[in-house]
Amino acid sequence: MADKPRSFQEIILRLQNYWAAKGCAILQPYDMEVGAGTFHPATTLRALGNKPWAAAYVQPSRRPTDGRYGENPNRLQHYYQYQVIIKPSPPDLQALYLGSLEAIGIDASMHDLRFVEDDWESPTLGAWGLGWEVWCDGMEVSQFTYFQQVGGHDCKPVSGELTYGLERLAMYVLECDHVMDMPFNDPDSPIAMTYGDVFLQTEQEYARWNFDVADTDVLLQHFKDAEAECGRILAAPADDPKTGRRIIMAHPAYDQCIKASHVFNLLDARGVISVTERQAYIGRVRTLAKACADAFVQTEAGGFAA
Amino acid sequence: MPDLLIELFSEEIPARMQGKAAADLQKLVTDGLVEAGLTYKSVAAFSTPRRLTLSVEDVLAESKPVREERKGPKVGAPDQAIDGFLRGAGVTRDDLEIRDDKKGQVYFAVIQKPGRLAADVIAEVLEGAVRNFPWPKSMRWGTGTLKWVRPLHSIVCILTDEAGVDVVPLDIDGIVSGNTTRGHRFLSPDAFTVTGFDDYEAKLKRAHVMLRADERADMIWNDATNQAFALGLEVVEDRGLLVEVAGLVEWPVVLLGQIDPSFYELPDEVLQTSMKEHQKFFSVRNAKTGQIERFVTVANTVTADDGATILKGNQKVLFARLSDAKFFWENDLRIAKAGMGPWLDSLSNVTFHNKLGTQKDRIDRIVALASEIAPLVGADVAEVAEAARVAKADLSSEMVYEFPELQGLMGRYYASKAGLSDAIAAAAQEHYSPLGPSDDVPTAPVSVAVALADKLDTLTGFWWFDEKPTGSKDPFALRRAALGVVRLIESSQLQINLANIIQSALTPYLAAEIGRELVDNDEFVTRILRGLGLKTGDFDYNRDVFDTLKAKVKSSDFVLRDLQHKNAETGSFWILSDGTDLTLSRETGFDYIDPEVKSLVDFFHDRLKVYLKDQGIRHDIIDACIAMDGSDDLTLLVKRAKALAATLATDDGENLIQGFKRANNILTKEEAKDGVEYSFGADPKHAQHDSERSLFTALDEAETVIAPAMAAQDFGTAMTAMAALRGPIDAFFTDVQVNADQQVVRRNRLNLLSRIRKTCLGVADLTRIEG
Repeated sequence: MADKPRSFQEIILRLQNYWAAKGCAILQPYDMEVGAGTFHPATTLRALGNKPWAAAYVQPSRRPTDGRYGENPNRLQHYYQYQVIIKPSPPDLQALYLGSLEAIGIDASMHDLRFVEDDWESPTLGAWGLGWEVWCDGMEVSQFTYFQQVGGHDCKPVSGELTYGLERLAMYVLECDHVMDMPFNDPDSPIAMTYGDVFLQTEQEYARWNFDVADTDVLLQHFKDAEAECGRILAAPADDPKTGRRIIMAHPAYDQCIKASHVFNLLDARGVISVTERQAYIGRVRTLAKACADAFVQTEAGGFAA
Repeated sequence: MPDLLIELFSEEIPARMQGKAAADLQKLVTDGLVEAGLTYKSVAAFSTPRRLTLSVEDVLAESKPVREERKGPKVGAPDQAIDGFLRGAGVTRDDLEIRDDKKGQVYFAVIQKPGRLAADVIAEVLEGAVRNFPWPKSMRWGTGTLKWVRPLHSIVCILTDEAGVDVVPLDIDGIVSGNTTRGHRFLSPDAFTVTGFDDYEAKLKRAHVMLRADERADMIWNDATNQAFALGLEVVEDRGLLVEVAGLVEWPVVLLGQIDPSFYELPDEVLQTSMKEHQKFFSVRNAKTGQIERFVTVANTVTADDGATILKGNQKVLFARLSDAKFFWENDLRIAKAGMGPWLDSLSNVTFHNKLGTQKDRIDRIVALASEIAPLVGADVAEVAEAARVAKADLSSEMVYEFPELQGLMGRYYASKAGLSDAIAAAAQEHYSPLGPSDDVPTAPVSVAVALADKLDTLTGFWWFDEKPTGSKDPFALRRAALGVVRLIESSQLQINLANIIQSALTPYLAAEIGRELVDNDEFVTRILRGLGLKTGDFDYNRDVFDTLKAKVKSSDFVLRDLQHKNAETGSFWILSDGTDLTLSRETGFDYIDPEVKSLVDFFHDRLKVYLKDQGIRHDIIDACIAMDGSDDLTLLVKRAKALAATLATDDGENLIQGFKRANNILTKEEAKDGVEYSFGADPKHAQHDSERSLFTALDEAETVIAPAMAAQDFGTAMTAMAALRGPIDAFFTDVQVNADQQVVRRNRLNLLSRIRKTCLGVADLTRIEG
């Protein structure tokens, strides 16, 4: 049993090492604004089709409505998720997961670890799965999901997805009461930094922008543009006239879907979306997600065999 | 005979599904065994978070052979027919016997089913059960296609008798049955073999698994109450939570934790709900002060530090949760103390139902209706109006947003904090009640007025938009709302004409519809008028009323609120704001009960029938009373039904019904034959027999008692007087031939029967009584 980690980044590094040792490809964050690690195409698209896949990565995630100007002890508009996706889900996934907790200093013989029913559903991705939220001494530390459907397609084989809320988990392991006080790097470093040193100011800046300043007309236009571009990309013929190859542009189209989803979240935070419109917007993003999923399963990575 | 043990071992099964899953496993397996001819002595099913277990004792080792004969087509029938028969019976042509039948020679199939070994049957039945298990939601995992609630890992399936243990061989998508299982996930993870149920249960216990859910629940409850008692505290009972928590652990360990005193200011219900919903904690209160001071959490493991780390973690999580709750409470209090204005305003942004409008629209309607009901229940109109206005304000509060189940209760707290009267605060909570057939019914007049208005508004609205319950579908719980109205009326013995109130409740829906600017055709105007209490067929009769209204409705400045609706003894009448008087009295020939109102009153009658049936009053007795005038006054209706039921329970009453029916049958038949109605007064001077004269006297006496008693709603007296007619009526039929040869005498006797009918029907519609 390793020593307890001393900083936020050490927890991330230990998770990276653990899952690398278990055979996952350690990917880097997706270079777009997303609401959760699930949106990374390494999860959403790669959960589709029959090709085996194993990846783990940190995903910076944004939920504009959760912004609290850095004042709330654990609510942030920008936070990190650690995501593991393995297809097909291995029979010992629960044991693998519990091993990762041990790797970051949660000793199962001293804590009460529980798998509590939690069905996962993403209306924007047209996706659902069954699983649990994992409790450690009464606190939710992860989501554990067996994907059943993504983008309206049955997942065959089934992917197992693990999502760790890194700040909350780290606060528990490091025994911090406020996220901003949590050591980001080692507290004994020459220049020791807290999470607040890195993110307090940005939380304030983004909270102000998200809630009060973002130009809603521009955002509405962005939404429409992304939606149109997604459709245009997918409408292109499969055969590329220049190279003569079959190139279906599922990923570029999916980027537009991610963009539309994030713009919707921003509009939501600005309070310009009514309850009834909300459902309509979610439906529009889901339409894009489904179209991208349809396209991806026509690609080689999506299991298409010519 | 062998004993059967089955264990289906999986990843964590949701607590709420475990009990039913164990019962389903038991049913599927035992039904399959019995169907295959395998009887057994006893059976028991168990569940833990990771396993479903079934123990069946003394199963027949082998089923008896079965011989079945089936009659087939005639000899010489087309091959097609014979082949079809062979397929159906599962035999070949060689197996057929030819026998003589009445119509000639016929093929017979003799099907011999040999006895089957228990193991074969069990393997088949268990596989079927696993593949078709009725989980509320199930899933696939890995590369497989099998569905289970969560991944299924192993199956124990063994038959045990004196000779030893046999594994029933079974392979379900690669999961091979065996005789090994595992203990607690963390405390005893190693596999071990089992030889039978007793061995299984004992070894599980050694491996830190308490198999029986009720044993876990008892252990949790006893340990929790003991620990609390030692500190002078008591655990707040919560049966549902206990069952759930017992389904979250295989090895329960009860830990008693502290609530930071800074949270004591929160209402008890908030502490309880927050701890229960988020953390599955039990509340522990100080027996003396009643203050909730501690909590019980149930861990699934034992640790070297006796749970100290676990408890510390749980306390920390609770602190964060309650900090949130306290933040909501403090924010809410600020708004409540300032009069709840922002909440009331924001209700106009919350849709109640797409046809019934926003919560604000709904509140406005309830205020108007409750004000109208107030005098009928003895409540102050202004107080009721205020109570209705704020009754749903808490729906906008942060606390109710977080904990929807606290709606009403928070309303009561906040109304008090807003400085409103206790009656208004109580109404904020109580107007949702009653919610079922047996919960408490409010009796405080203000609460009753708002509760009635709330339910009647909902019912009327859904009726108007034709969203009535059908069959088993009642998505808006309208049956429950109607039962609520019935119980509110009964509990306070209110005398209210529901038809009038429903008519009033309908008015704002008409107004809203007109507001939608759909006023461009006669059909629409007709709909409006119908809602106002006019029957479509009557419009021609009173065409100018229709045209006046239509012109008014179509004018751009029309607002239905201008249309003043009054209920008076004579009926409804309407005056337009410009003074046009559309008085419609009963004399003009209009039927004031329009179909919506009638249909809704019928719905209340149906609910009342179900409700009274549970109290032992037969449906035909209620029908006999519903047929009477004024039956939309449910209190009166119940009074009448109870009196009638009591009368019919007496010897006189029971026999009177026979006498009445005989009189009615003869009369109906003769009236049909003669084509006349015998309702002329019968004259005693034509009476020829003493029994006939006695009946005249008895009817005279009865009528002098019944009329005033009915007027005074003294149904008991009226019905006793009616029942007293039994003797004279019986004697009359014994001694007198109604259809006498002399026409004067015959007509007089028929007119006398008519008096019996009229007298009895004035009390209740006895034609509806069965038997």
